[in-house]
Amino acid sequence: MNALQRLGRLGIEATLALGAAGIFFLRVVEQLWIVVRRPALLVQQLFSVGVLTVIIIVLAGLFVGMVLGLQGYNTLVDFGAESSLGLVVALFLTRELGPVLTALLFTGRAGSALTAEIGLMKTTEQLAALEMMAVNPMQRVIAPRFAAGAIAVPLLAAMFSVVGIFGGYLIGVELLGVDAGVFWSSMREGMDFKEDIVNGVIKSVVFGLCVTWIALFQGYTCVPNAAGISRATTRTVVTGSLSILGIDYVLTALMFGA
Amino acid sequence: MNSKILELAVGVFLLAGILALGYLALSVGNMGVTASGETYRVTARFDNIGGLAVKAPVTVAGVRVGRVSEITVDRELYSAVVSMDIDASYDNLPTDTSASILTSGLLGAQYVGLQPGGEIEYLADGDRIELTQSAVVLENLIGQLLFSKTSE
Repeated sequence: MNALQRLGRLGIEATLALGAAGIFFLRVVEQLWIVVRRPALLVQQLFSVGVLTVIIIVLAGLFVGMVLGLQGYNTLVDFGAESSLGLVVALFLTRELGPVLTALLFTGRAGSALTAEIGLMKTTEQLAALEMMAVNPMQRVIAPRFAAGAIAVPLLAAMFSVVGIFGGYLIGVELLGVDAGVFWSSMREGMDFKEDIVNGVIKSVVFGLCVTWIALFQGYTCVPNAAGISRATTRTVVTGSLSILGIDYVLTALMFGA
Repeated sequence: MNSKILELAVGVFLLAGILALGYLALSVGNMGVTASGETYRVTARFDNIGGLAVKAPVTVAGVRVGRVSEITVDRELYSAVVSMDIDASYDNLPTDTSASILTSGLLGAQYVGLQPGGEIEYLADGDRIELTQSAVVLENLIGQLLFSKTSE
């Protein structure tokens, strides 16, 4: 009886949290016009979530591409199909690894920072102070960060894929001796603009929105003390990463699972 | 932080991201070939298409001139009907062109090879290629080989 009651409470709490997150999302979207009226706010946030994440994305993309080149070559050479190495690397990166790994890295690098920042603002009552001065914190603090996250992730994912393809090229062509012309032409022949590129971009846009939304919501609703901020940051990384992987499966099934 | 440097960094970031997207779209994803859309459609009937798939290349003398756009089964003859979209710039294929399903490499992907004939009239949109040669199915080939060996 007690266990059943606890389950019920858990269910109600989960539903309440989901509803609160939904309302939070609508309130942010409602305030997004501030980005057009005061672009300086957006630029500031694009710098801290976008520009500062570039280095980790580029490095990760390069290494992932190099690993793909090496592993792909070792597997394909058994079938005498190393000429499709370029296609394998490019498909992996644009369809899956680019959007997903970028979003995961973004969660760890920028999402956690967003949660901690908003959480600390709340704890030190800066958000309340803004409200006292008749400045809507949703508009001044949350909306620009949300827009910046949603813009930054697709761009970062594209950079990840391009750098990764270059990494695959370095290993496959320069080190293992696949013909450069074959590498590029198999990529060109096999990739489809809508099927592969557009779907990859759609994925990264969805991931960007989702991660930024989770990070901001966790920060905004954290328990305003040191332990609360740390818990909210952890939750951002855990929930963010898991929802990326879950949404990725659903999107992949919708896009490619005929 | 100096706002000029900050704006510059963001500008570089946005530019790099957009360039990366553009590179993916144009260079890797050959938007040009599939999107420049003037094509005409011809169909061909095959007894067996083997592993031919939609979007497989259609070639003349090994050069790609189009793609397979649709594969259906004829309800009366139970043969496969393959529709091909051929680039409009190759509009001078004779009506007695023959189509065969070939394999690139021993185990590679299958494609349609067109062998132009000698007629004066050219294929137009909606025409059907009458001379076709089905895919070589490896299992049948091995079966025939075994059969001819045992009957010796």
